[in-house]
Amino acid sequence: MLHISTLHYLVLGAALFLLGVIGVLTRRNVVIVLMSIELILNAVNLNLVAFSRYWQGIHGPTALHGQVFAIFVITDAAAEAAVGLGILIAFFRNKETVNIDEVNLLKW
Amino acid sequence: MIIGGILVITRKNAVHSAMALITTLLAQAGIYLMLYAPFVAGVQIILYAGGIMVLFLFVIMLISIERNMKERQFNKQWLVGIAAAAALGGLFIAVYTKGKSLFPEGRLNFGEAQNTQGVAALLYDQHQGMYMFSFEIASLLLLVAIIGAVVMAKKRI
Repeated sequence: MLHISTLHYLVLGAALFLLGVIGVLTRRNVVIVLMSIELILNAVNLNLVAFSRYWQGIHGPTALHGQVFAIFVITDAAAEAAVGLGILIAFFRNKETVNIDEVNLLKW
Repeated sequence: MIIGGILVITRKNAVHSAMALITTLLAQAGIYLMLYAPFVAGVQIILYAGGIMVLFLFVIMLISIERNMKERQFNKQWLVGIAAAAALGGLFIAVYTKGKSLFPEGRLNFGEAQNTQGVAALLYDQHQGMYMFSFEIASLLLLVAIIGAVVMAKKRI
């Protein structure tokens, strides 16, 4: 059976990142754009934890820096999701729509 | 996980997207377990799938999204968006095929028995821990995020 090396996890993280980027650039609904941003952050976390396992093979079983960084990224994603959804609620209260291309008050 | 990701970005109903994202996050926790990281897997399930996605579902319930489901779903610039993502994908493929020899295929022998102690040692230990300052800054960030979210969503400031 094929041994799953670090490169396979990195390719999976890159594929998730691409899906998140397509979601951010393509959808009109703000909530789905925010969920695609969460997909991007998850792809980054997967990269970090995969590299932490690789680093453990070199420096011993206590080299867990990637996992600590991944925990910080999860915390940061929670904070940013909360503030983003607050902005979404304020925006919806003013304009009654959740489409991004109707946010054009500053357009010239 | 890839199927969950594709379902997130293509569903018309936002609740379907949120459910697909929850399955993606749970699959990601399984991959963390494959990478011998049980603490990060637990944090992911509790915080991400059990906290952030519940917050998303609350907000989807608060805004009236049935009217939005009948409108056009994809942007006017979706072609340019997919072209940009294809360029990014080409960059990833170039990087990964050039650097394939950098990652040797060794199989590691130790398991995850000391994982939580190791993470805690990096965060809190006096001689080994180097992430204490980041920990305090992260708690300050959460405080700022709470205040910001409350101020943004209030009716009258």
